Amino acid sequence: MRDPHSERPDDVDPLANAGTGGPELPNSTEVGIDVATEEAESLENADYTHPGDPGTATSATEARSLWGHAWRDLRRNPIFLVSALLIVFLVFVSLWPSVVAGGSPYDCDLAHSREGASGSHPFGFDLQGCDVYNRTVYGARASVSVGVFATLGAALLGTVLGGLAGYFGGWWDGVLSRITEIFFGIPILLGGLVFLSVVPSGSIWPVIGFIVLLGWPQIARIARGSVITAKQNDYVQAARSLGASNSRIMLRHVLPNAVAPIIVVATIALGTYIALEATLSYLGVGLKPPTISWGQDISTAAPQYRNAPHMLLWPAAWLSVTVLAFIMLGDAVRDALDPKLR
Amino acid sequence: MTDPSEAILQVRDLVKHYPLTQGIIFRKHVGAVQAVDGVSFDLNRGETLGIVGESGCGKSTVAKMLVNLEQPTSGQILYKGDDISKLSGRALRAVRRNIQMVFQDPYTSLNPRMTVGDIIGEPYDIHPEVAPKGSRRAKVQELLDVVGLNPEYINRYPHQFSGGQRQRIGIARGLALRPEIIVADEPVSALDVSVQAQVVNLLERLQDEFGLSYAFIAHDLSVVRHISDRVAVMYLGRLAELGTDTEIYDHPTHPYTQALLSAVPVPDPEAREGRARIILSGDVPSPADPPSGCRFRTRCWKAQARCAAEVPQLAVPEHLVGAGGPVEHPSACFFAEDMAAAGHSAP
Amino acid sequence: MAALLEVRDLQVEFRTRDGIAKAVNGVTYSVDAGETLAVLGESGSGKSVTAQAVMGILDSPPGFVTGGEIVFQGKDLLKMGAEERRKTRGDKMAMIFQDALSSLNPVLSVGYQLGEMFRVHRGASKKDARAKAVELMERVRIPAAKARVDDYPHQFSGGMRQRIMIAMALALDPDLIIADEPTTALDVTVQAQVMDLLAELQRETNMGLILITHDLGVVADVADKIAVMYAGRIVEAASVHDIYRAPAHPYTRGLLDSIPRLDLKGQELYAIKGLPPNLLAIPPGCAFNPRCPRARSVCRTDRPPVYDVTDDAGRPLEPPRGSACHFWKEQLHDRPV
Repeated sequence: MRDPHSERPDDVDPLANAGTGGPELPNSTEVGIDVATEEAESLENADYTHPGDPGTATSATEARSLWGHAWRDLRRNPIFLVSALLIVFLVFVSLWPSVVAGGSPYDCDLAHSREGASGSHPFGFDLQGCDVYNRTVYGARASVSVGVFATLGAALLGTVLGGLAGYFGGWWDGVLSRITEIFFGIPILLGGLVFLSVVPSGSIWPVIGFIVLLGWPQIARIARGSVITAKQNDYVQAARSLGASNSRIMLRHVLPNAVAPIIVVATIALGTYIALEATLSYLGVGLKPPTISWGQDISTAAPQYRNAPHMLLWPAAWLSVTVLAFIMLGDAVRDALDPKLR
Repeated sequence: MTDPSEAILQVRDLVKHYPLTQGIIFRKHVGAVQAVDGVSFDLNRGETLGIVGESGCGKSTVAKMLVNLEQPTSGQILYKGDDISKLSGRALRAVRRNIQMVFQDPYTSLNPRMTVGDIIGEPYDIHPEVAPKGSRRAKVQELLDVVGLNPEYINRYPHQFSGGQRQRIGIARGLALRPEIIVADEPVSALDVSVQAQVVNLLERLQDEFGLSYAFIAHDLSVVRHISDRVAVMYLGRLAELGTDTEIYDHPTHPYTQALLSAVPVPDPEAREGRARIILSGDVPSPADPPSGCRFRTRCWKAQARCAAEVPQLAVPEHLVGAGGPVEHPSACFFAEDMAAAGHSAP
Repeated sequence: MAALLEVRDLQVEFRTRDGIAKAVNGVTYSVDAGETLAVLGESGSGKSVTAQAVMGILDSPPGFVTGGEIVFQGKDLLKMGAEERRKTRGDKMAMIFQDALSSLNPVLSVGYQLGEMFRVHRGASKKDARAKAVELMERVRIPAAKARVDDYPHQFSGGMRQRIMIAMALALDPDLIIADEPTTALDVTVQAQVMDLLAELQRETNMGLILITHDLGVVADVADKIAVMYAGRIVEAASVHDIYRAPAHPYTRGLLDSIPRLDLKGQELYAIKGLPPNLLAIPPGCAFNPRCPRARSVCRTDRPPVYDVTDDAGRPLEPPRGSACHFWKEQLHDRPV
């Protein structure tokens, strides 16, 4: 809640803020004023600090945390609403594709190969004569679950490893930083080609495993950084001087204050992971039939785009919309959690 | 009432060096930042000891060592005669109950995601023997009342309070375990002028009420004078001068103290012409590479060859022994003399 | 003679989602050449916002100047075009900030940053600019300026960095310098050096200086006149001697009384009760009334204008003095409530 303006960072000489007290209004737009609002509300109660003065205690204002503020901001943010609706829809489609689909994606008739849109087949047919609409609907499951599970795995692994490194520092931190640098050096596509051709399998799990393997260092780096920032706050010192244990400090004081940037980076990563799965499938090393995924469909449609562009257009469009929805969600969440942008 | 001159905390030759290293995995020591280098003083029961100095002089490091947030490189901190600087585990936790800290920055010293009740009640979670679970809420509300906040605020979050109110919450947390000693590191310097006085008054009232001993660390010399019984002046990791507030403020004998005091702006425009001010030249040297001998000699107008060769000890200077009066107090200078007697011998 | 800078009835508001925060509500002050005006106030009093409006560096949105005039050397800055204003700002007015480290670019040498002023505004050659930079560093008494001109900001101490900021402000010989808490981040001994330097430079160049601060000690040391701000208004304006001798506003009185004093050691400090007001909902009447020991019913309903403070015979004072308190007379003579 300190002065968020770049001209006066919090971590300068401790004396820099000597005597200036709270944030000066011009530099802290919304936050400072939020504080001011509550100050004024408590102003009526301020008399309490001076026994003898007639104090008029008003009822306590509604307690609202940073998350409460973020949620209030998000609800009013059209970008968030649009992306959230899209994501809810996508999750629904992944769970119950049959509700939305017009029939089985495996119900193909070569006679319709590459046919364009028609009444009951709005997206047309692909090379095998399967309905593109149905395949796109059923493809959502693979894409969304790769995105969600890979993100969960990477976020969990990255937070634990990066968080511990940031908290304890020292030797483990040095080793972890070097490991993350090695992973950053691996070209994703080349790594994917090698890894997934060595571990052949038709299911989504090797793909998820590979993405987690390459994705966790990014999260670990963010987690390490935000844990180090949170750790330097005086309230951590205060807890320590009370005799709090490391686990208590980590779970109660550091983690809740370090988790916001991790969540944000993870949401953005989710979108890129879905795109990565599509890329790998396109290259022929990701998901394989009979699993249906947008990446595979794009892959088979690519050579045909001159005479049957609809085959490429629909899965690619849905992939783009999905990735965009998750990236927009991440963006909106980041803005809502960042007091500077409020 | 116990003997007022009884030392509750004795600090002996306290040293804190932070090693400077190069290399990432294979670290190589290339020197040390001598943040604190041989500091000794006593804190008596019920008194306020002010520790003043400029940024980088090591006063905050001393504070952290007193509450065991930093381990001294060497030296002792005796609490009622027992060295507490090397304790750990259960014994350390027991001592921590008695020595608590109030932090400078009311904005970073309270966890923004905990309610006021959780913040002030946390000491009881860590030391459950102090308050049985059922009585905690009442105890927290009592503490809020003691520091002048409405007990109904217990479910609010820190950001709903102003700086001064947050500092009161920090003080309530420090009081929760009924400590005997409170180490306050710049407790009012982040507050607005009109709020500073409220918090200073609160600290003084609590001292009387609970018989607390304060180590009050600050750079604001007028606030320190107001609240302190004795004052220690620090420069570059060492004590320059130690005495009662009158001895230090009216009869400083160390050149650094004299310069420091003369640099403090006086809120009286009439005094501006007649004041003899000592404007020190240059900057404080780096604590990683402090000057030999007396650390102040590079900026001192009295410095002579002896100051570079020998380290002046903090004691009553030989030539002032038996001088009597407020001039006779410990001062780490070979050429210590009363400012008035020296006739404002500014450089 | 017209004043160097005259701010008349300036209004600034911040439009936020929670409402309109009136940061500055009708501020009037003036500075002459060679004069030091101290603007004194707590955080949120509007002292920095006023300065930012004068400099034209207000963050907009959310900040908007909604009224008033800022007349600098006879011209209203608010009526100028953007280009003319930018030129005036670079050439004739300069600002010094509290935090020198973040105001200097860490990846450029200080010599380059100082020289840039001459290259951009004066079209100086690279060599000339460098020579000028060294000259400036010597002017602000940086030892071994020639050797240090290629050093980077982090290689200087806090006091030296603030000198470099001052050098930068001085580069184009401005007529007015606004210093926003220039020594708050510095230690007292260094603060004394920097304030001395500023005073000396002011004598040399006869520039006007607006010193924004919360430190009553610094003000007493260097100011010619003082404007005390509270909740976006000037509550008292007077010469430095008058104000310290006998304040004519209860807020000023409270601030002066809350400084620890020698003769009151061991007693409670005087403390202004309560908290500074919320700018989204400034109390009606006098903004200070909820905290004021002299407040009466009229203070809760009528906003006090800035009264001219007169002597007992009713003659205006020289220099003129103003107080935004209905009961300035009682306050001036410290009559009991």
